[in-house]
Amino acid sequence: MSNPPDIVTGELEAADVSRRPAGASEHRELWLSGTELPPDTGRWTSEGAQELGEDAEGEALATQMGAGVRDDYLERSEVSDEETQIINMGPQHPATHGVLRLNLELDGETIRRVKPIIGYLHTGMEKTAETLTFAQGATNVTRMDYLSPFHNELAFSLATEQLLGVDIPPRARVIRVLMTELNRLSSHLVWVATQGMDVGALSMMLYGFRERELILAFFEKTTGLRMNHNYIRPGGVAADLPDGWEEDVAEILEVIPRGIADYETLLTENPIFMERTQGVGVITPEECHAFGVTGPNARAAGVDWDLRKAFPYSGFEEYEFDVPTGRHGDVYDRYLVRIEEMRQSLSLVRQAAERMPRGDYRTDDRKVTPPPRARIDQSMEALIHHFKIFTEGFRVPEGEAYQAVESPRGELGMYLVSSGGAKPWRLHVRAPSFANVQALPVMLADSLIADTIATLASLDPVLGDVDR
Amino acid sequence: MAPETAPEEQAAAPAPADPVLAGLAEAFPGAVFEEAAGHDVARVGPDDAAGFAAAARDAGYTMFLDLCAVDHLHRRPQRYEVVLNLLDPSRPARLLIKVALDAPDPAMPSMTGVFPGANFYEREAYDLFGVRFEGHPDLTRILLPEEWEGHPLRKDAPVGSVPVQFKEPDER
Repeated sequence: MSNPPDIVTGELEAADVSRRPAGASEHRELWLSGTELPPDTGRWTSEGAQELGEDAEGEALATQMGAGVRDDYLERSEVSDEETQIINMGPQHPATHGVLRLNLELDGETIRRVKPIIGYLHTGMEKTAETLTFAQGATNVTRMDYLSPFHNELAFSLATEQLLGVDIPPRARVIRVLMTELNRLSSHLVWVATQGMDVGALSMMLYGFRERELILAFFEKTTGLRMNHNYIRPGGVAADLPDGWEEDVAEILEVIPRGIADYETLLTENPIFMERTQGVGVITPEECHAFGVTGPNARAAGVDWDLRKAFPYSGFEEYEFDVPTGRHGDVYDRYLVRIEEMRQSLSLVRQAAERMPRGDYRTDDRKVTPPPRARIDQSMEALIHHFKIFTEGFRVPEGEAYQAVESPRGELGMYLVSSGGAKPWRLHVRAPSFANVQALPVMLADSLIADTIATLASLDPVLGDVDR
Repeated sequence: MAPETAPEEQAAAPAPADPVLAGLAEAFPGAVFEEAAGHDVARVGPDDAAGFAAAARDAGYTMFLDLCAVDHLHRRPQRYEVVLNLLDPSRPARLLIKVALDAPDPAMPSMTGVFPGANFYEREAYDLFGVRFEGHPDLTRILLPEEWEGHPLRKDAPVGSVPVQFKEPDER
């Protein structure tokens, strides 16, 4: 340590900025799926935070490891290797995005081991699903990942429809694409708000929620609720789009890109943000595979994988969009990937709005879809179907289905086992946040405790999704 | 409605057409391949499970996605089924590996040595179904409190509720 603090006055000399390791923050570009890699700038490897800089020796190394952080307290003596302490972060910690508890073993300021402790939000929703009919099931699953309810409903509906073997009319399919992509936007907006706030960019919280409000207002107009919509149901969607939906979507398409440009101005080149996020919370593609990390977190590590491309559902093969992929697997690349995903989602929303076909918004299979109100007065069969669907529900043929959708957090899968009745025999939800939280020890090992918050926020966990 | 009392006849299953799965079938003659849930399914015995998963991983199914248990109450003796969900991102193809387990004490070797991501999923299956994964580094409850009794996603576990006392209003 040069510049030791004056023991009498406690004053520090000005920090020597030239000791900062080269390449601590840099401008980065994403590459798109299917294109060639841009030439590597050479200063960063996939090892990220685990890598020591090229010329890192002596004091530069100490700075890099965080030991050179100069604070207003006197320097402490060396901590022996055996002397570790275990602290609990959470469950009532504001940066845990819910009620997650992290058991951290620290050696000084360095994290040795992490154990995520979950279950505080467990409400037995998989058991509840076995007591609700397939018609009621969407109400239940929409409450799991409360930031992307449409994706939960879509996965459940697709799995049920796979067992039923019903065809979904084109308008319903396009409405589903429109709503889920808008939902991806609103979910990523919450993420950019909380990620910004967790690393100290407090104004991001206001900006992210401001733009999200526009989308939630459209959701409320369409479905009646801002969250937990129960809008996408087996057989189609619950209601047609409201009058004037084109203007609302056009406004969203105009306002949100301005917002994204604002966030990029505030964060992308912001040296403080870059310092706090680059090389932090690194995970490699192999680790993503082994730990089941999917979605933007895996794509930021370079895993070129998107279910909308690999196993298209709801007609995603007819849309044009790119899959942004990062290379470093750190917090900053997760930020870049999500920002670009928001642009791609905007493009998908525009495409869906332009091609919105006319026609019915739910299947005409009367065993699945309740009849229109007017028919009930005229037809005895319509009355019977209405009564049957709302009292005992429709029966789903025996069998099993696994249907996965690309939720904002990764692969959201529903494994549905039907025994031929009106209620699922078993519903297992493959929750993306569950697997992502599990990979936290990999990302946090040997990093500094100050990076915990940035890493956790960049995972974008929803604890309702983790605990179910 | 009770599900089928026995799984489909397993002897007459033909070898899978897919070359990767055919290679797996050759290495594991005990495995039965079929199609269900819209994906390839391989049924293996509990003792083969970890070896089969490792072979599948080496054959290209590198992505571990899911592990869950199902309680087929009326199937005897193999009442429980553990379903492993793997993905080969290069083709792309999905493979479900099903392991049928005996009641009343279902147990199988842990997958954590093959896929470290199985850790939380096996704890969840243990917590909710009571499936013991032998060799798991930390097989404890994950979602429920440690002092919880029973395994609530088993079909014979009742849906918890607080009884409501209804009584006639006092006439006088």
